[in-house]
Amino acid sequence: MHELGIVFYIIKEVKAVAEANHVGHVAKVVMHIGEVSTVVPDYLTDCWRWAADKEELLRGCELQVITTEAVTVCKACGKEYATVAHGRTCPFCQSGDTVLLRGNEVEIKEIEAE
Amino acid sequence: MDGVKIIEIKKSVFESNDREADALRRELKQKGVFLLNLMSSPGSGKTSTLIRTINLIKNKLHTAVMEADIDSDVDAVKIKAETGVESIQLHTGGMCHLDAEMTRQGLDGLNLKDLDLVILENVGNLVCPAEFDTGSCKNAMILSVPEGDDKPLKYPLMFSVCDLVLINKMDVQPYFDFDLEKCRQNILRRNPKAQMIPISAKTGEGVEVFAQWLTDEVRDWKK
Repeated sequence: MHELGIVFYIIKEVKAVAEANHVGHVAKVVMHIGEVSTVVPDYLTDCWRWAADKEELLRGCELQVITTEAVTVCKACGKEYATVAHGRTCPFCQSGDTVLLRGNEVEIKEIEAE
Repeated sequence: MDGVKIIEIKKSVFESNDREADALRRELKQKGVFLLNLMSSPGSGKTSTLIRTINLIKNKLHTAVMEADIDSDVDAVKIKAETGVESIQLHTGGMCHLDAEMTRQGLDGLNLKDLDLVILENVGNLVCPAEFDTGSCKNAMILSVPEGDDKPLKYPLMFSVCDLVLINKMDVQPYFDFDLEKCRQNILRRNPKAQMIPISAKTGEGVEVFAQWLTDEVRDWKK
């Protein structure tokens, strides 16, 4: 249940950006959340609703989550494959020598300011 | 859309914490204080391992402990009573981990110029503490025998961020289906650089090896 902690980081970051850009209210925050980032989007948006409404700047602000696909590359055969379907073992050559390329992100993409 | 402005941020949520953690590490290096971040699941024996270990090293290394918990001060009181070293309690305010800023606040409560070693006993949890860099010089974790030798496969991130894995409660191994060699292989699959020390905080087995590891790390950090 680390989503609440992550929400506090998002709020801190958004507040700093809003202040730097003289924004009075934020209507929407768009996040990129990787499939294997260990962040559960539903929990994140639930925590967001609770915490964001306590802030004048973010009252009623929507949190949009865009899920990004996780991709792993096999160091043995060089092929890329979908991480969620196959995990750490390469489906082409069965090697365990694989590295996650992307899908681990917890990134604030943009905000919509009013 | 009238009156709506899109501001691009494209920034990882962990970025500001990572920056804060790097700054803290640099300060600790300047001050010659080694900070160990000790993690594990609840009940693996962090506090009892620390008590055994600190009693072996406290005459050589000036040591203090920061206990992080969601609530209570039982661990801080216990460490102070059973080792005599300074021990402070940090409350995470319901959060499941400590971050670099909270760690810094804890360190501000200690007299760092008189210390060689600070041990941060993180919140008992194998998920979140692994994601947040505390600014520590090294990360260690305890895996205890009753938790099973397959834990490295279930919580890969925790095992991949730790420099040292203490395998605790070795005294009860005969009563569990815990295969030390299999555990070693599972850890190395996730982290080929990890060091492992089997210990028992109950009997004291292996604790002197951990004490020596700490002594060596503190000496290297102060160079």
